[in-house]
Parts: sequence; structure tokens; C-alpha cells
Amino acid sequence: MLNNQGRPTTPKDSAVASHETFTRNRGLQMEEALLFEIGRTDVTGVDLDEPASFVSRLGHLAREEEIGLPGLSEPETMRHYVRLSQKNYAIDSGLYPLGSCTMKHNPRLNESMARLPGFSDIHPLQPQSTVQGALTLIEELAGWLMTLTNMDAVAMSPKAGAHGEYCGMAAIKAAIEAKGEGALRKVVLVPESAHGTNPATAAAIGFEVRSVPAGADGNVHPDAVRALMGPEVAAIMLTNPNTCGLFERQIVEIAQILHEGGGYFYCDGANFNAIVGKVRPGDLGIDAMHINLHKTFSTPHGGGGPGAGPVVLSSRLAPFAPVPFIKRDGDKLALVEDAIGTQALGRLTAFHGQMGMFVRALSYILSHGSDGLKQASEDAVLNANYVRARLADLMSLPFGNRPCMHEVLFDDAWLKDTGVTTLDFAKAMIDEGYHPMTMYFPLVVHGAMLIEPTESESLASLELFIMTLRDLAMSALRGEKTRFEGAPFYAPRRRLDETRAARAPVLRWTPPQPITDAQQAAE
Amino acid sequence: MSETRYTKDHEYIRVEGDVGIVGITDFAQGQLGDVVFVELPQAGKVVAKGAEAAVVESVKAASEVYAPVSGEVVDVNGAIEGQPGLVNEDPAGKGWFLKIKIKDKAELSELMDEAAYQAFVSSCS
Amino acid sequence: MRYLPLSETDRSGMLARMGVTHVDELFADVPAHLLLKDPLDLPRRKGELDVARQLGRLAARNVPASSVPFFVGAGAYKHHVPATVDHLLQRSEFLTSYTPYQPEISQGTLQYLFEFQTQVALLTGMDVANASMYDGSTGTAEAVLMAHRVTRRKKAVLSGGLHPHYAEVVRTQSQLAGDDVVTMDADVRASEDILSQIDATTSCVVVQTPDFFGNPRDLTAIAEKCHANGALLIAVFTEVVSLAALKSPGAMGADIVVGEGQSIGNALNFGGPYVGLFATRTKYVRQMPGRLCGETLDAEGRRGFVLTLSTREQHIRRDKATSNICTNSGLCALAFTIHMTLLGEAGLKRLARINHANAVQLSGLLAGVKGVEVLNQSFFNEFTIRVPGKAADVIEKLAAKGVLGGVPVSRLLSGKGLDDLIIVANTEVNTDEDRATFVAALKEVL
Repeated sequence: MLNNQGRPTTPKDSAVASHETFTRNRGLQMEEALLFEIGRTDVTGVDLDEPASFVSRLGHLAREEEIGLPGLSEPETMRHYVRLSQKNYAIDSGLYPLGSCTMKHNPRLNESMARLPGFSDIHPLQPQSTVQGALTLIEELAGWLMTLTNMDAVAMSPKAGAHGEYCGMAAIKAAIEAKGEGALRKVVLVPESAHGTNPATAAAIGFEVRSVPAGADGNVHPDAVRALMGPEVAAIMLTNPNTCGLFERQIVEIAQILHEGGGYFYCDGANFNAIVGKVRPGDLGIDAMHINLHKTFSTPHGGGGPGAGPVVLSSRLAPFAPVPFIKRDGDKLALVEDAIGTQALGRLTAFHGQMGMFVRALSYILSHGSDGLKQASEDAVLNANYVRARLADLMSLPFGNRPCMHEVLFDDAWLKDTGVTTLDFAKAMIDEGYHPMTMYFPLVVHGAMLIEPTESESLASLELFIMTLRDLAMSALRGEKTRFEGAPFYAPRRRLDETRAARAPVLRWTPPQPITDAQQAAE
Repeated sequence: MSETRYTKDHEYIRVEGDVGIVGITDFAQGQLGDVVFVELPQAGKVVAKGAEAAVVESVKAASEVYAPVSGEVVDVNGAIEGQPGLVNEDPAGKGWFLKIKIKDKAELSELMDEAAYQAFVSSCS
Repeated sequence: MRYLPLSETDRSGMLARMGVTHVDELFADVPAHLLLKDPLDLPRRKGELDVARQLGRLAARNVPASSVPFFVGAGAYKHHVPATVDHLLQRSEFLTSYTPYQPEISQGTLQYLFEFQTQVALLTGMDVANASMYDGSTGTAEAVLMAHRVTRRKKAVLSGGLHPHYAEVVRTQSQLAGDDVVTMDADVRASEDILSQIDATTSCVVVQTPDFFGNPRDLTAIAEKCHANGALLIAVFTEVVSLAALKSPGAMGADIVVGEGQSIGNALNFGGPYVGLFATRTKYVRQMPGRLCGETLDAEGRRGFVLTLSTREQHIRRDKATSNICTNSGLCALAFTIHMTLLGEAGLKRLARINHANAVQLSGLLAGVKGVEVLNQSFFNEFTIRVPGKAADVIEKLAAKGVLGGVPVSRLLSGKGLDDLIIVANTEVNTDEDRATFVAALKEVL
């Protein structure tokens, strides 16, 4: 018998390039309905036994109203979230050059360490005798942070970078009040290039923000600081390396100006990853600096948190660190949880900080060691400079072709008269399989494009990225606007209408309303 | 005969008798992008020249609208709260923000006239 | 080094191509005398095995909740989290992505945030919720600031049933900002007269339900008095499962509902990371802190989601922002929303019934122990007991017997004459055997 299962195995040229599918899926690119459109309130993916009968002790407040929460079975749940995940770009899938955000590799060892029951399954208020290992871990991480920065103390509880800024600036305010200068020193100097969190933090603590202009070379200049310095100045908030990707060359002198004038130096440590093991912030005259564990020490960003923002403090600010903190008594560790009777600030959050992030960060630090941390900083800086050097002939560098730190800043001067904007260029990168760089930040540069490749990229990966940007840049310069204006073409969504979203905000799902008779009549 | 004056923050004030109609200029709406929200003061509020009188927001930017002159707010344009797009479409007309009863007309002379403002705008871009 | 792809050959080749002889030339802006030549005197790199051993030793010196009869609550709760949750959390596309600034390639994050916001709004009985805060305590402090913006007043009144840490966070913040706070005395039996504190200068009243001591609170009269005086009612919860069992704060008239979401989807983690839930009425949405995800259309008319109303936020508004918050708790919010999806209304309500039934059972057993008094008239899954002698000593003695029997109130409220009180929590993880072991151990140590 002839086996009749033969079929064509060489693809044929098709007349139809593409067509709209019935499902609107495009092969592996799946559309996914909202949970509220597929779930049912009587479906559950969790098997629980109904309790034996009992007498309620809820009093008169038992909930009688329906909640309206849909449920999914386990297989449906798996499919819903796996499909959603496939609409996200991630470091694990490609280069993620988001300047200032430090999207470096997230080692999985750190994930498994954080999930050890001895760390993940302990309660913040269980007896301290039962969590000595956890307290030791926090103490050990604190030790690394103080040594790497050459600072005297560290407040571990802040929950993220902005919360760390808040903690550091609060300590500064407390120190000023302790000196009896609270009514006098009301102004905080913030460079124009700063992260938005800096002025927002200063304002939240009741300081008035005074803007420091940036120099033509992208650095803050001592003269500009001196001109604004006075008895009313409490502190400066300076990012170093700064948001232009440059080390503040005259940072030591700036610190001196602040200190001589009776003020404090807050450093935004968002870019500490460029200099770990290369220079210690404490040697630069810094009084307080937060460290984003989710940037420098690679705890995962998780789609927007959780982060962690411990703050290292100089001896001048150490007494004002908030509770709780750890005190060693022989071979026992204890948490100091009450600020009463000390100069310490009160709590900035419940409990003791982001333990889950502490474990990951310490795992990262121990894996690297002091030699690996130094190498990581050098590689991050090397990669950024390599990108700079290879693109400098096509794209414009606002502060000249000088070495940068871990990120390189281009502006849009080179796009002038092409009709292509920074936004268009970024969206075209999406079609090429890259996450765009940080755009339109810092504000001091027009059409900013801030590229941070991180140390996690191989040379081959960098080369392909560079060649891609060169191809896009040449295309823009040739005036091939259509490739840019409509981009992205190949993402799960085309450009989204943000005006519509903001003018009539729809911030939650609501059940579709049945069409009324009046509406039907009108149609 | 109405006369229009301009501030360096890109507000205009069109003077009609004792009252000035205040809004943002066409240049300003272009810089902000699609306006999505405005916050207007209550009628009756007394504002000093240069004080914050209203807020205008686009998707990516937010600006205060400052009073070009001192006076009392006598009317606000509720229509732009519901249809903020009017600020983009017709900033000098239907997209006005508020009316101020002018306290001191001398303050107007500190503002730019049409020609001066046009020159100022070309130096901005 | 296993995390660094560049080889020595790559490095020297790249430097050569740039015309640089040594990597330190790239650090030329660093003052030369401060540039470190050698690695700091700290331990050198380690392989996975060594790191795992070192951290494993530290982990082994702690007593995990799952290893003992465990009744510790007071703001963080031990619940069972389905295996599916952590599996999905660890998908690269969720774990290793950033804040969804580029919506075209972040629809996964944005859609689950939209779903999360809806779930939180439904649970709390409110109109809208944000995309999360750091935790319940910082969320509460942000709610107070929001109330000050809405009312243009500066005085917050904190119930004596509010979690003491939450109250302290509000006080620390208010002291720094120069705002007023009235903190009521610790209110073990939910008998405080908070109504008399509300007047025309009050910005907001902050009431927790169930309160720190486990008492469900009826907020209706407080809401009415607040509204009559132009103040806002902020309702706080630390145990989100309770919302399935108790009348929602929204239904009782709260203006802002804020609390801790850790119980659903998230491990105890020694206090963090957790996830703050934050919901309010539509009319206040522009005064809300934190990120918000909204629905819109793309250029082809397909539904999609974006971060919206960003002009409230620090990256645009800078010193005029509603909050300095930037990073929030995205992944913890994902854990919450996945677990909540698995539960659904049917599962969540049953989970709440089990929690309550177990707590009712335990309260009966403890009330039968000589010298022990259960103070609550009503409760959800935790309540307060009075023991003879110092509660802290009792808890230590129980721990020595391998039972983690609750939180002594004195640990959070010292010097208030509350040294004989223990807050005891009981969830679905506690078995009849756990309860029997607890009661037996308690009898022995008293």
C-alpha cells in the first residue's frame, strides 16, 4: 500500500502577505481578555474545605454586599498570566538600555536565597531570639554598604530610592533642628538636571527648592553653588555620577562650600553602580546618600518595584537615623525599635525594611566580592563609553565627546530638520527588538536620549545594538520618516492614545451597562 | 476696542473695559501639547499679579497659569473643564481661562504688546 | 566572574578601539587621589555553592512560621500562597522588566495593574485604586497628606486602634512637614470617643478596622461626622482578607481606604517587601499619590493600557508633586492579583470563613485557660488576650517551647500599662493540633 501521508515540505510563495485573523492573534502574539471578561465569581482555583459550623463573632458588621471578584481555575490562571507576560519586554529577553534605571542581569541565585524559609517565612514581630540569623544578615549587608561608601552609619528601613531620599533629608532636617537652626535653614539647592524625586522630597519635608543651573559642560560648578549659598541653605541634593552620565568633577569643592556654610551634602546614589569599588562617596564629603539596591545591587525591578533604598550617613547625621536599627550586644543582636530618649527619627515605615531585597543584594555582593564589584563598575563604564565612541560620529553629544560614566547622553540636535523626533527614534528601536533608552530626561538637554547598557552585555550584543542604532540613525538622516513616525509596527500594540486616557480616565473595569430603551430608540 | 497684552509666562490678557480675559497663548498650547485637564479658581478669588490663578496640564507637562495683573476673578470658563481640547483648538477664543476685574490698569503697561510678544516668542524657539 | 560577559580580550580590544590604554582613563573626572587602585579589603568573589552555604547558615538560625505552631499577626499574616503564584512571578517578563514607561511593549504589566486596581476598588467598596504603595504604613501616611491637600487643612486625628507603627509613621512625617496630629490613647476595647475630636479644623480621621487589637469598627457615624465638618475619613486595614468578611469601608462612608495587601500572595519576608493598597472616590483621583493605569486605544483602535494622570507625579511636577513616590511594589501587586484571581469571590469568602472559624475556636480554647481573658467582643482572625504577668516573658517562654504565640502589645506600645496583653492571630494555616499545642504550652508557662 502506498503511504498517502506525503505533503509539501517546501514553503510556497504566497500572494497574501498578511491578513487580519479571526482571533486577532498573530501566531504566538496572543490577545488576552481582561480577567473580568473571562472570570466568574463562582469559580475558584483554590481548594479549601468549608469550616465546620461555628458561631460568628463578627458582630453586626458581617459583609452582606457582593464583592464582584471573578475567579479562574488554575489552568485558566496560568494561561491568563503567561499570555500577559508575553506582552512585556524584559532584561532576560534583550538589551534594556534605560538610562538611570540600571537594567542589569538579575542573578537567579539571589531569588532562591530570598525564598529560603529562614528568610521569607519569618515574621517581623516574632521574638528576636528566633530571628538572629536575619538580624545578622542585615548587619552584614549594612557593613558592606558602609565599607563600600566609607560612611559611618546606614539606615536600612527605606523602601525605595525616593523613600531613602526622604530619610536622608529628614536626618538633615533633624540635625539642623538639633543645632537650633530649624527656623533659619529652609532652602535646599537642587540642580536642574536632578531626578524629579529630589525636589519632590525636599518639598515634602517642608524645604523650599532653589534650582542650581548646570554648566555648559554638564557639570555643576562651585561658582554656581557659591552664588546660591547662604545661611538659609540647609543642603544640596546632588546626583553623582549625575544624570548626564558624568562624574561631578568638582564635587569635593562643592561639598566644602556646603560644609563651610553650615549646610549638608545629600547625594542621590541612583548612579552609584558606576563607581562601586572605584571611589568612596564618604571620601567626597557626602553626608547622606541612598543606595538603590534594585539598581546597583541588582534586585529585580519587577515591573516597577519593590525596591529598597538604604541610606548611608556621615558621623554628623548618624545620631538622627530613624528607628528601627540593630544593636550588637556580645554575640546577640537586638533591634532598637523605640526612638524615645534618643535623637533618632521616628519610624518611616512599619517593621524593619525590605528584607527580601536585603537577601538578594547580599547574595549579589558576596557573589561579586570586592574584586567583582570593582570589575562590574569598570565594565559598565567601559560598555557605555564604547557605545559613545561608536555613535559619536552620527549622533550628537551635548557636552562633547568626553568620557562618560555608566551611561551616555545624546541630544536631538543631530535630528534637526529630519522630521524625526527622539520619541520616534525610540519607538523605532522597539521594532528592532530593543527597549528604548530613557528619553526626554534629564530636562537640561533637548530631546535627551540616555543610554545605559550596563555591564551585563557581551561585546557581541553591544555590537549588534550599535549597528542597529547606526542603521536607524542613517535612516533618519536620509529622511526616511515613515519608518519612525508610525513606529512601532511590530509590537503587541501600536502607539497608544495617552490624550484620550488622561482626558476621560478609565481606571478600572466596570460591568457593561445594558442598552436602555431610550438609547435603542435613538439609534 | 479691546487690547491684548502678554506675559513672559505666555499668558495673554485681553482688556475689555474694567475686565481682562486671561488665557494661554497659541505658542504656549503648542509647547504643552494636548491639554487634558485644567483647574480653575472660584469666582470671587482675589489674585495678585504673578500669583498662581489656574493650572493647565497635558499628558507630559503641567504648568501654572499666573495672573497677569492683580484683581478679582469675576468669571471662569467652565467649558474648558469639560472640554480641555478647546485650549488647543482656540486658545484666544473659546479656550479662555478666566476674567479678572482689573485693580490697577497701570500694571498692564508692564506687559508686552503683540509685537513685543511675537519677538519674545521667536527668541524662545 | 559569572555575571560579567566581557573577557579580558574583549576589554583590551574595546579600549584599544577607543584609543584608551587603561580603563582608569575613563574615570579621569574622579579626583585622582581618591580613585581606588585596588579592590577594597573585603572578601573576594564566590561561587554559587559558597554563597548558598553562607546564606543558608544564616537562614538556618531563624525559626520559620511554617516550622512551628504560629499565631503571630499584628500587621503581617501567615497565609498559604498557591504554588502557581510564585511560578508566575518568576517569569522573566514580569520579574526583569521595568516600570511600564513604554506601553507598546509593557501591556502585560499594564493590564495586570488595571486588573489589580479594579480588584482593590471592589474589595474596599471604592471607585478607584492606584497601582500600589510601598506598604500599608507608608500608604496611610500618604493618605493623610492627600486629605490635607483635599481639605486644605493640616490636622489629622488618629484612632487609638490604629497600628502603632502606622501612627508613628504618620507622626514622623507630620512633624517634618509641620502638620498637626492628634493621637488618641491606645484603645483596646474599641470604646474611644473619636467623634468629639472632629471639628471644622480637622482634615482627616484615621481609623483602622479591624483595629490593632482585632476589633471590627463601625465607621458609619464617624464618616457622617467627618462629612458634616468637611473632613475626610481614612479607613485603614492591615489584614486584607477581613474585607471579604466585613462590611466594606466604602459602604460605611470612607473617603480613602488604605491598607496592607501582604496577606494575599505575599510571604512574611520579615517585614518587606509588602504591598500598600490605596483606594478613593473618583472626585479625589487627581489628589491621589502613586501610579495609575488607565484604559485607552492604540493607533489601530485596539484596547490598550497606559500609565496616566502622570502630572501628579514627581517626574513631571517635581516640587509640586502629590508625592515623591517613584518605584512602588509592582511585583508584590502582581502576586496579590494572581492569588486573588485564583481565589475569586467564592474562594476568598471561604478563606475568610475558615480564618474566622479558626479564630473563634482558638478564642474559646484560650478563654478556658486559667488566668487568661479574651478582651474582644467581636473579631475577625485576631484578638487580644490578657495574661497574668508580663506578656513579653510569656511569649519568650512559649518560643522556648517551640510555639510562636502572638505579639506582646508592649513591643509596639511600651510604657502604656499594656504589658499584660498579647495579640493572637489565627489563619487557615493553623490546625487543631497547633491550637492544642499552643493551649497546652500556655498552661505550662503561666
